[in-house]
Amino acid sequence: MTSIGTGYDLSNSIFSPDGRNFQVEYAMKAVENGGTSIGIRCKDGVVLAVEKIITSKLLKPGANKRIATVDRHLGVVSSGMLPDGRHFVDRARDEARSWRDNFKTPITTADLASRMGNYLQAHTLYQSVRPFGITAIVGGFDAQEESPVDGEVGNGPSCGAGGKNPDKKYGGPFLYMIEPSGLYWGYYGAATGKGRQAAKAELEKLDLTGEGITLEEAVKEAARIIYVAHDDSKDKEFELEMSWISGKDGPTKGLHQEVPKALREEAERLAKKSLDDSDDEEEEKKDGDKMEE
Amino acid sequence: MDHRPQAWGRPRDDVYGAYDGSYLNNSGPRTVTQSPVVTGTSVIAIKFKDGIVMAADNLASYGSLARFTDVKRLRTFLGTTVIGFGGDVSDMQFLDRHLEELAVDESYEAEPTIDEDDQEAKKASQLNAGNIYRYLQKLMYQRRNSFDPLWNHILVAGFDSASKPLLGSVDLRGTSFTSPSLATGFGAALAQPIMRKYAATEEDAAKLTREQAVGVIKECMKVLFYRDARSLDRYSIAIVTKDGIELKEDEQLEKQSWAFAERIKGYGTQTV
Repeated sequence: MTSIGTGYDLSNSIFSPDGRNFQVEYAMKAVENGGTSIGIRCKDGVVLAVEKIITSKLLKPGANKRIATVDRHLGVVSSGMLPDGRHFVDRARDEARSWRDNFKTPITTADLASRMGNYLQAHTLYQSVRPFGITAIVGGFDAQEESPVDGEVGNGPSCGAGGKNPDKKYGGPFLYMIEPSGLYWGYYGAATGKGRQAAKAELEKLDLTGEGITLEEAVKEAARIIYVAHDDSKDKEFELEMSWISGKDGPTKGLHQEVPKALREEAERLAKKSLDDSDDEEEEKKDGDKMEE
Repeated sequence: MDHRPQAWGRPRDDVYGAYDGSYLNNSGPRTVTQSPVVTGTSVIAIKFKDGIVMAADNLASYGSLARFTDVKRLRTFLGTTVIGFGGDVSDMQFLDRHLEELAVDESYEAEPTIDEDDQEAKKASQLNAGNIYRYLQKLMYQRRNSFDPLWNHILVAGFDSASKPLLGSVDLRGTSFTSPSLATGFGAALAQPIMRKYAATEEDAAKLTREQAVGVIKECMKVLFYRDARSLDRYSIAIVTKDGIELKEDEQLEKQSWAFAERIKGYGTQTV
């Protein structure tokens, strides 16, 4: 960054002459130091996973969750500054609640991403605030079936204007990633934090855009990707935290929930195994090279 | 010109007399919420050995007019608790949304960090029917103390923290009690004596089978339809057990017999 020290990096709300907002770029640096988070959108749900670096042996295993539930069908995970992530979740919960107050219906994933995108963008405009030091991944499953509004007591008309169309499918699984600048896109697979490059490379190998993969496959892939992404920085221990969201007829019944212990442990076992296998292959290759020599 | 804002746009005092602002002084109690408008009639419930059966008909009356005939007055909470509402339907909707908000708050709580396979501990960490019952009691009492009651009589059915069946009642004044069988509204006079025949005490209720309990409830719903002019023959019935809630919302009263009506004299346009 050649423009460092020119005075344009001291505040939000001031552009550098070449059109950059340095504070936002520094915020992204904060994200790049955080533990890897990923999200996978599969055909029947969404999986969120995070590499939770253990900063002290005195922390209780499994405590201090990093993935949060916003509304019942929405989950958020973020990389970067943890307190900023907490505030992001608080704000997202407020947004989801006010949406329910106004419209008597759960907020859609897209609408929540939009609201939160706007909120983060607002933090790039004023001197009095700093941008968020996080990139957040928002996953959700919007109800696919005709669902009643909150507090609805009757059936409503069965046909005609305002009537029901039982065959029509709404919603589905959605995944968004929101960056410190307020930029947000919808993704099939999203990764952020320290290991994002490796994670993205792995995500691109999955068939997410075409046929799609199943939720259970996605859980296993997510665990594997977090292990792969961690591989580069062997310095610290980490815990794997995973959550998933399926539709009404799936394993979580439309709710955002932690992946059950048994399934998570199985996924971790497979992840470790695949890592060992690939290590062996590399070693074999090396051995092979040597032999040729 | 008179620069006081309260005089702007007003007829001149010297011509029309001083402005009478007395209607703005609402020092008296608010009265708009102190009478129900669209109402539901009785809710009835009885315990049996594995749980609780609750029923309420699908009618919302506007005074004596049978205004809405597909109103679901049994609401579920967290898939473990059934709440039946008698009284004002808009207040019921308010409470339903309020409870929905509580359920969402409940989902924020991360899974307990205790062993995930320990189902008992997991259950204990979740809001149960006992919590909802006491919460509603406090809410209703607080509202009655602010002279703004929620015009409902509520039955709560589910399991308490000791996993025992719980059936409780809360009324618009915050009065609350539990019993092996409960009924609100007209049901308190018409259905309660019938249910007491089968379950006068907790011990009696613990001997009832599910089929017997459902039979008693159906019988009571029939009697209520015979005698309560604000009732309907379509009703909802919920069965709460440890396995969850079975809620049927469009049941029809069966095997009605109006033979007794022949003997009733002295009403309507009847002259004999």
